[in-house]
Amino acid sequence: MITARNLTKSYGTVTAVDGISFSVEKGEIFGFLGPNGAGKTTTMKIIQCVSPRSGGTLSVFDLDPDEHPAEIKRRIGVVPQETNLDPDFTCEGNLMTYARYFDIPVDSAKKRVDELLAFVQLEEKRNVAIEKLSGGMKRRLILARALINSPELLVLDEPTIGLDPQARHLVWERLKMLQAQGSTIVLTTHYLDEAARLCDRLVIMDNGKILEEGVPADMVRHHAGEEIVEVERSDEVLACLEEMGIRFEIAADTVLVSTSDAPALARTLLERCRPKKMLTRPATLEDVFLKLTGRGLRD
Amino acid sequence: MTGFFSVPRITSRAWHVWRRNLLVFVKTWQVNFFPPFVEAFLYLIAIGVGIGTYVKEIDGIPYVNYIAPAILAIAVMNSAFFECTYGSYVRMYYQKAFDAMIATPLSIEDVIAGELLWGATKSVMYVVIMLFVLSLFGVMAFPTSLLIIPVAFLGGLLFAALAMCFTSITPSIDALNYPSFLFITPMSLFAGTFFPLALLPPAFGYVALTILPLTHVVAVFRMFSLPAISWTIGLHFIWMGAVTIILCVSAINLMKRRLIV
Repeated sequence: MITARNLTKSYGTVTAVDGISFSVEKGEIFGFLGPNGAGKTTTMKIIQCVSPRSGGTLSVFDLDPDEHPAEIKRRIGVVPQETNLDPDFTCEGNLMTYARYFDIPVDSAKKRVDELLAFVQLEEKRNVAIEKLSGGMKRRLILARALINSPELLVLDEPTIGLDPQARHLVWERLKMLQAQGSTIVLTTHYLDEAARLCDRLVIMDNGKILEEGVPADMVRHHAGEEIVEVERSDEVLACLEEMGIRFEIAADTVLVSTSDAPALARTLLERCRPKKMLTRPATLEDVFLKLTGRGLRD
Repeated sequence: MTGFFSVPRITSRAWHVWRRNLLVFVKTWQVNFFPPFVEAFLYLIAIGVGIGTYVKEIDGIPYVNYIAPAILAIAVMNSAFFECTYGSYVRMYYQKAFDAMIATPLSIEDVIAGELLWGATKSVMYVVIMLFVLSLFGVMAFPTSLLIIPVAFLGGLLFAALAMCFTSITPSIDALNYPSFLFITPMSLFAGTFFPLALLPPAFGYVALTILPLTHVVAVFRMFSLPAISWTIGLHFIWMGAVTIILCVSAINLMKRRLIV
């Protein structure tokens, strides 16, 4: 579906995307993870043919975005990070207007709009003005809008940003349904549970580069082990861990130890280090993410 | 990167953008059709009848008849200019409408072309309404005055493109006040609208003819409304046509430079 080789984007002296290569296969959900400013949104904009690349090669549906933007865009659905619904129209009006941009005949557009309003559970809001919608409803309407042209490829930039848990679950479920119907989905997120739950494959980006690529579960196993033992940080505990030669990571007032046998490690630590608090949990994508991109704050 | 004068690739999809703006306009038509009605009355009565009582006539033409075409020309200028400055800026910056549009097969060239066509269309609609009002006062000669309608489209396109050039470089919506108050407002007074250019120093007359687009729109409208058509109408059309083309191309390329990064 998408093949990028050495894809680069620079604005003046700033390099937002720095020679990344990846490929997205038909039918998969492919995720871009990374802290703010990693280059995810820029990459999405290049794929959507709205921002020209500075270097490298890119093909979407085996077409070059520089040469055939309209043909590519006709087959893509886009959910942008920013909510840019048309405030001068109702929910239905937004979808109908968007359908016109795709040259969809009015009759089939009407049918499609009915289907989509049902799909995102907004049938009752059909004639409601955009400003009367909640944040979650707006995001769902944007998802419906992105599907108006029955796209083969769906590009979503932070699809569940600012949504409550109910709305997030609805969006996830809908994305899984679309995948089951044969759509290919590319998304960015910094919700790691979302990425772990949805993505068949993902890349972790930082500073315009891809740090890691793979299947979420494999990445977790490879970088963070099977399980994590969290111990409250104290000088005694640190000294004790060092004495035993156990590798650990410090996050604020917690010490993280990754292991493949949490019960055994926990027992040892309890006996030898006498921590005040301790818990064991499975390793997650968040552990991988923080390990690869560091714990420093991003702007 | 594209230059100022590279020829933009526009498709017929530009009309989708035009259609979108028309639909929004029609939805609130009562509000939208009200101003030109009122404006025509106010200008004609305050300036035409009020001042006209003292001025009586200019170059043998009754004063009301002299300024009637200017009222139309100013409406052409204002409707297109304000639509493609404040109106387009709101759609571009606050509503992010252009971003939403270019995620579809529409290109940025199509979007801006659609906006310009819409600005020109708005000029035409205003002129049609005001022409009707003015005709009730019997200050326009028919049928020649009907020729004003198609010329309003050309004039509207000119001012829409001029406006879009400002919109493409403005740092904020407030900064659009500069061209509005320093360029558009003075032009509505000093472009041969309410008194002949000949009253001003000759140098100013030449400057007006060279750089003030309204001068040409007023001159053509007046030739049709009196009627007093002379061969110089050809020169006015050549000026307007050439400047419209240059401004349209520049406006699209400048907007592309602003929005496509």
